[in-house]
Amino acid sequence: MQPNGTLLMAEQIAKTFPLPAGGEQTVLEAVTLRVQAGEIVALLGRSGSGKSTLLRILAGLIPPSRGQVLQNGAPLTGPNPAVAMVFQSFALLPWLTVQENAELGLFARGVPKEICQKEALHALSMVGLEGFEGAYPKELSGGMRQRVGFARAFVMKPDVLLMDEPFSALDVLTAENLRGEISDLWERGAFPAKSILLVTHNIEEAVLLADRIVVLGANPGSIRGEVKVDIPRPRDKKGPRFIALVDYIYTVMTNPQAPVGELPAQKTSERFPMLPHARAGGISGLLEIIYDRGGREDLPKLADGLRLEIDDLLPAVDAASMLGFAVVAHGDVMLTEAGKQFATAGVHRSHRIFKNQLLQNIPFASTVVEAIRHKNDGRIGKDFLVDILDEHFSESEAERQFQTLVDWGRYAQLFEYDADDQRLYIAEQAPEEM
Amino acid sequence: MTLSEWGKISAFSLRSAEKRPALSLADVAVGLGVLALLYGVARVGAESFVRFSPPEVIPAVSLDPRNLPNYAARSTLRMFAALVCSTLFTFVYGYAAARSRRAERVLVPLLDILQSVPVLGFLSITVTAFIALFRGSLLGLEAAAVFAIFTGQAWNMTFSFYQSLRTVPRELEEMSELYRLSKWERFTRLELPAAVIGLVWNAMMSFGGGWFFLAASEAISVLNHQYTLPGLGSYVAEATAAQDFHALGWAIATMIFVILLIDQLFWKPLVTLADRYKLELSAGEERRFWLVDLWRASSLPEYAGKVAGPVFAWVDRLLSRATPNGVGTPSKASRSGDLIFNIALAAISAALLFAAVRFVLEGVGAREIGRAALLGLATLARVIVLLAFSTLVWTPIGVAIGFSPKLARVSQPVVQILASFPANFLFPFATLGFIRLGVSLNWGSILLMALGAQWYLLFNVIGGAQGIPNDLREMAAGIGLRRGRAWEKLIGPGIFGSWVTGAITASGGAWNASIVSEIVSWGNTTLKADGLGAYISEATAKGDWPRIVLGVGLMSIYVVGMNRLVWRPLYDIAQNKFRLG
Repeated sequence: MQPNGTLLMAEQIAKTFPLPAGGEQTVLEAVTLRVQAGEIVALLGRSGSGKSTLLRILAGLIPPSRGQVLQNGAPLTGPNPAVAMVFQSFALLPWLTVQENAELGLFARGVPKEICQKEALHALSMVGLEGFEGAYPKELSGGMRQRVGFARAFVMKPDVLLMDEPFSALDVLTAENLRGEISDLWERGAFPAKSILLVTHNIEEAVLLADRIVVLGANPGSIRGEVKVDIPRPRDKKGPRFIALVDYIYTVMTNPQAPVGELPAQKTSERFPMLPHARAGGISGLLEIIYDRGGREDLPKLADGLRLEIDDLLPAVDAASMLGFAVVAHGDVMLTEAGKQFATAGVHRSHRIFKNQLLQNIPFASTVVEAIRHKNDGRIGKDFLVDILDEHFSESEAERQFQTLVDWGRYAQLFEYDADDQRLYIAEQAPEEM
Repeated sequence: MTLSEWGKISAFSLRSAEKRPALSLADVAVGLGVLALLYGVARVGAESFVRFSPPEVIPAVSLDPRNLPNYAARSTLRMFAALVCSTLFTFVYGYAAARSRRAERVLVPLLDILQSVPVLGFLSITVTAFIALFRGSLLGLEAAAVFAIFTGQAWNMTFSFYQSLRTVPRELEEMSELYRLSKWERFTRLELPAAVIGLVWNAMMSFGGGWFFLAASEAISVLNHQYTLPGLGSYVAEATAAQDFHALGWAIATMIFVILLIDQLFWKPLVTLADRYKLELSAGEERRFWLVDLWRASSLPEYAGKVAGPVFAWVDRLLSRATPNGVGTPSKASRSGDLIFNIALAAISAALLFAAVRFVLEGVGAREIGRAALLGLATLARVIVLLAFSTLVWTPIGVAIGFSPKLARVSQPVVQILASFPANFLFPFATLGFIRLGVSLNWGSILLMALGAQWYLLFNVIGGAQGIPNDLREMAAGIGLRRGRAWEKLIGPGIFGSWVTGAITASGGAWNASIVSEIVSWGNTTLKADGLGAYISEATAKGDWPRIVLGVGLMSIYVVGMNRLVWRPLYDIAQNKFRLG
């Protein structure tokens, strides 16, 4: 993939629609956008930001009210022949077979039937649908249907592949899977398009796939700014840079006035590392299993042995490593000294070890304890803590962070939580131990 | 339909062909069936088109039952000729209405009015026109009969097609535009398949209704002339004039047989095939039908596919190239252009209306308009009484059928036949009854109108009752809702929407039927009711043009007015308040 060379460009695009009651509504205003060869650009915006309209203007399906679209330097005057599109609802014709759907675009160009067939079969094999050529879309699962949608677009070998929320109609696991495969294809350099323009409202998806994220503001839709994603591929969704970027973009998206630019230098993640959503009991169980297997285990093997997906195991593994019970390297997880002690300790001792690790490794846990100590009544409201977390996490994530912290704190017998009046307090000193 | 259809069928038989002997029973059956059909169409078609005779010489209809197969075949051919015309009309008109914003503004309201206009009132105009067109040949009458059936079929089908085109999912349209499907490819791959289920069902229902118009148009007196076309309808008319009960019985038996035959050999297979074109992507049970299975089990489709496949592919490509998708951004709507268009439209409508009113006023005067309007009120009263009675009688029965799958299985085909059976075949019996019992046709005509119209109500109520979810019924039973309460809380609201749909169709049918129901005869005795239907009928027979225009115009106003003032609001209530799910 050679860099540079603008493939597709929107110049000062504006779009207005007439309102039924008279007057008009401005959907897009002064949008200028450039898609270069060899890059993935994500258009990220909330509903009402006109991102799908912008995509359709770039595809030549809707004429802009002002401004123009340049494809390879030439102004666009109809459906853009150099792009292909993957639709949110797949847009498959139910009465055509998988193969007929996939070859439709080529066929309409007047390409001879045999070549259409060959190209379609090749594209279908690229998305893992060999053997399904003769099936009808209704016989396929949602994920497989969207694979046909991708194959139909691949067959066109477009300069720019336009994707309109391609994973949002799929269930979470299927979407994750397909996203991973598309990203693999791209990374292998085998992608049948020179660049991708992706419309999405899913921040993680944008950070996972894109080289640049263009953030759109709403009412009327306009470009607020751009964020470069220079995390090396393949990208680890649990990596600190990934998480920090997702958090940053989340903050930007929830604050329509905030400027959009590069990720701020001060690392919020130092004092407030994101706690993995793992229960203390789960962490303890994982450590015991690893100990039983000799204190070191290959992660995929471990997941396989437990008949789990790696993704199911990751929160507990991350938590163990964050708490200093284990280290993860090259796909292996190894117990630390503390981890070994914890796995072999009796009930009381294990709580105490957990408490130590928690206070040592999670600064926020000590902050909470300090705060409780400084209160006269020895109790502290949940709202106070969630407000602090809100500065660093999304609203729902702050809630989950709080829940996780409470779970860990309870296990460590560091503090208790009264769910009725939503207050934290110091647990009764545990009886003599050891 | 499309190429893939052929592909699918031939691929299917290719797979099963490997295990079969060279010539199976299915092959023989399908082969013989196709040959018999071709032979029949060729023979009867030749008869209709070769026997020219001047209009003064009226072709005689013989009451010998041995002629019935021939008459039935000729009537059937007219029905199918009308179906072909309706389908072509549907494509052109529906496409224009859905694709051009300006055409839409004229065509859709016009369609709405055409749907409401009493078709039978136009027979006089069309028969005269077609006879003039095919001077000195029977073809004029044939065309007039076909046209009468056409006017009974086309509007529904067109509406359905237009609606389907308007509701093609947006992303599918964008896909076909982005990939620059030619107009032909777009039509065969996207639009027609998306519309085909609605189209087939509507065509089937309209086809059933068509027999009524066929029977009415094969024997008609227009402008003091008695015109007869050999066929089932004219056979019944002849038998009625001759007071021949045997002949009437034979005609009815033949009619039922023909309806059943067409249902089994034409509509059922078509509905089964159309089922593949569902837009939803859910895998469900496939509809099966014996004829389709037989066709697929034979090797004929395979050979047909082999021979016709390449030809079709070639034609497909040729038509695609001939209809390229217009390149270039769609022209922006110009407001001034719209304004001029609207003004022109309003001016033309006003001019037409003015001309019609002046023609009527000069011909018969204002008092006659008042008199005809009063007659319209009488017919309106009949329609209302008919609807009330049909509702009282058929709603409980329909709900009972709809709630019992067993009852539904048994009665649905019967109801379907009753709905297709031309009620005017039964008019002679009713007329005789009225004469014997001394019933005034002022009341009797309600029964005659009901004979055809009431089935739509029953049909829809059954469908509505079937649409009430089982858990709701169980809930009602569970909390002890009994009879009156259950009707008030569940059944009534549950079937309301379907009842409205049925009532709209039934009232439209009743207005139309009034033209042949308010004046009937048996032998030399003629009964007449006071009503707009009889008024139109008499004016038609005498060729009294101002009164024909007045009568038809008034009836259209009544029907359209009723649609706007009563049915539309009720329909909206049904949609907004009483929709299930």
